[in-house]
Parts: sequence; structure tokens; C-alpha cells
Amino acid sequence: MNALHEFLLRTGDNCLILGHRVSEWCGHAPVLEEDIALANTALDLLGQTKLWLTYAAEVEGKGRSADDLAFLRDAWDFRNVLLTEVPNGDFGRTMMRQYLFDQYHLLMLQGLAQSSDETVRGIAAKAVKEVAYHVDRSRDTVVGLGDGTDESHRRMQEALDYLWPYVGEMFASDTVDAEMAEGGISPDPASLRDAWDAAVADTMAEATLALPDSRFHHKGGRDGRMHTEHLGHMLTQMQWLQRAYPGATW
Amino acid sequence: MAATRLSGGHVVTTEAQVWDWLAKVPDPEIPAISLVDLGVIRGVAFDGDTCVVTVTPTYSGCPATAVINLSIETALADHGVPVRLKQQIAPPWTTDWISPEGRDKLNAYGIAPPQPAGGPAACPRCGGTHLEKLSQFGSTPCKAQWRCRDCLEPFDYFKCI
Repeated sequence: MNALHEFLLRTGDNCLILGHRVSEWCGHAPVLEEDIALANTALDLLGQTKLWLTYAAEVEGKGRSADDLAFLRDAWDFRNVLLTEVPNGDFGRTMMRQYLFDQYHLLMLQGLAQSSDETVRGIAAKAVKEVAYHVDRSRDTVVGLGDGTDESHRRMQEALDYLWPYVGEMFASDTVDAEMAEGGISPDPASLRDAWDAAVADTMAEATLALPDSRFHHKGGRDGRMHTEHLGHMLTQMQWLQRAYPGATW
Repeated sequence: MAATRLSGGHVVTTEAQVWDWLAKVPDPEIPAISLVDLGVIRGVAFDGDTCVVTVTPTYSGCPATAVINLSIETALADHGVPVRLKQQIAPPWTTDWISPEGRDKLNAYGIAPPQPAGGPAACPRCGGTHLEKLSQFGSTPCKAQWRCRDCLEPFDYFKCI
């Protein structure tokens, strides 16, 4: 296994799967401004996906393209964390998931912007500007809805409780991460946890939401060992065109 | 066509001339400004007869990127110059690269230019300074929606990145 390729798949797949999930809101959000904001967030993530997966395909060296990786792999070959593939739920849960991921994404990209790998450094320096904007918005929304009406508060607490067991996987380092950290390519995800915890605790306090204290977490996404059943269902939509009409081009 | 000269029977195009041509190519989403105003053209150089234009995307997922590339190819093809595009993502595009003329053109077009403080300085329609943010995002990845509380008109703000 090529560790750099694996790392790039993990990074790109997080963007791809979350980007697709967020794009499912297009035309369905509660108000027009939120619809546009969600679509723009999805677009940024898909743009980042293209950069990461193009490099992943290049490192792999088997002549595959970013599109091949996005549309011609099946569920077990995806390397995104489970948090990104869980269904959207209501608007509150979507924004809570976005915030939990954005906060991680921002810390990770800030580290990757110092990478020893020139291409990784360039992509991260580009993406970090977009993600800083994402976290501004998702954080404000979590605070606004958490410290909002009785109903919005209840729904945000339920969203946090539901998503919490998916948080730990983002920081669950393995041998791929160790190799990336050793080469100065990526920070070790586990090393980001303290900064993430501090930022999230601060946000949840402002949102008047109670942080669950359990450290139990689901796993199996970032190493591809076992995704949730939701990913396969999502791929049947995302990959439908290439499955029905192999090789079709725009 | 002062910059064009004949050399051994061939028309030689200079880099300055290519910059002039590109300065007339409008941005596909915001046609009030050119690609040069927007700061996405990072370099023009000749490799033999082929003009190599270095382009940097504004946002990594901006769908206008493909149209921008096509517009550059078309502009040079119109002048009979073979072109090769080079995408460059580092250093990342910043709104600091929008030219002073570009900022003025944006404002005249009704889009408040980016400000380091993170919000528009004044309403592009009435000049009012009582402003409120409607949404962090707008009709394209590079814009946000604001409203002027003096004239009550909503307007686009070019996000500062």
C-alpha cells in the first residue's frame, strides 16, 4: 500500500462524500439564502475533491483520473470518515455535522499548508481559505439554532448527541498517519484533538448545548474496513450515470 | 498593432500584446471586469510560437473556471496564436490581486469590492454605510449578499479572501 495515495484518498473522499451530501440540499433548504449557502459549500468541497483526487490518481500511477476515482469505485474502496456519509437529517443536523467537520478540516488544512510535499501544500493553502469561511458560517448557525427557540435548541442537542459517536474517527490515527507525520506531509490527526476540543467546547457553550462526555466512536470509514449502509445508497445516486452509461462524457 | 512586427515573414506577437487582448476578455460571471482585472492571469510567456498563459482559479470549485479557460483559448485563437494553458494553484488566488480599476468597475456595476475588514465599505448604489449581512454566500462562490439599510436595496459583496 502506498501511504501517500491512501492519505490523499482519505482527504479527497472526505470532501467528495460530504460535498455530495450537502449538495442534496440544493432546492430543498428552508430559505433561499441557506439553499445558496449550502450549494456553495458543496461546490467548494467538490472543487477541493478534484484537486486531491487528481493528485491521488497521479501518485497511484495507474492511469486513472480523478473522475475514475470518484465514479468507478465501490463503497469498500472509499476512505472518508463515517461522519461525512451519514444522512443529512434535518437542517440542524446537517449544520451540526458541517460544523464538527469544518472545525477538524480547518485545523487539518492549516497543518497541511506547512506540508513537506509541494502539491499538498499548494492545495491546502487554497482550500484553507474556503474552509475558514465554511467554519464561520457553520459555527454561527450552530450557535444561532442552539441558543434559539425551544424547538431549535432541542433539535440541535439531538443532532449533537446523534453525531458525537462519529467524531472520534477523525482523530483515530493509524500506520498511514504515522508515515505521513514522519515525512512531514501531514499532521498526525490525533495531535489536532486538543485544539478541536477547545474550539468545539467554546462553540457549544455559546450555543447552550451540552457536550456528550463519551469517547466511544464508530470506525471503519477512513480505513475502508466497514462503511455504514448509507454510503452504498448514496453512491447509487452519485455514480448512477457512469454505472448506467459507462464512459459517458459531457 | 504597434507591438506586432514582422520577422522573416512571420507575424510575431509580443507578451504585452497578449496582455492587452486578455484585458478585453470579460469574466463570464461578472462581465463588467476583465480576466486581467480579476487577477486570474498569472503569467504570459512564449514557448516558441505557442503562448503559455498561466491561470489561477478563484475558488477551487468555481464552475466559471472552465469558461474562463475557453475564453482565453478563443481570444488567442481569434488572433491566430496557438495557446497552452497552465493551471497554477499556488500561491492561491487572493482578492488583493483584483486591480484598482477592477475594484472601481465592480462598484459601478453594483458589486461592493472586497475589504480587509470583511464586509463592504459602502452601498454600491447610494453610498450608504448602514449595512447588514443577509447571507455569507451569494450567486457565485466569490460573493456574499448584503443589504443597505439606508436605501433598502440588497446588493452583492465580493468576499475578501
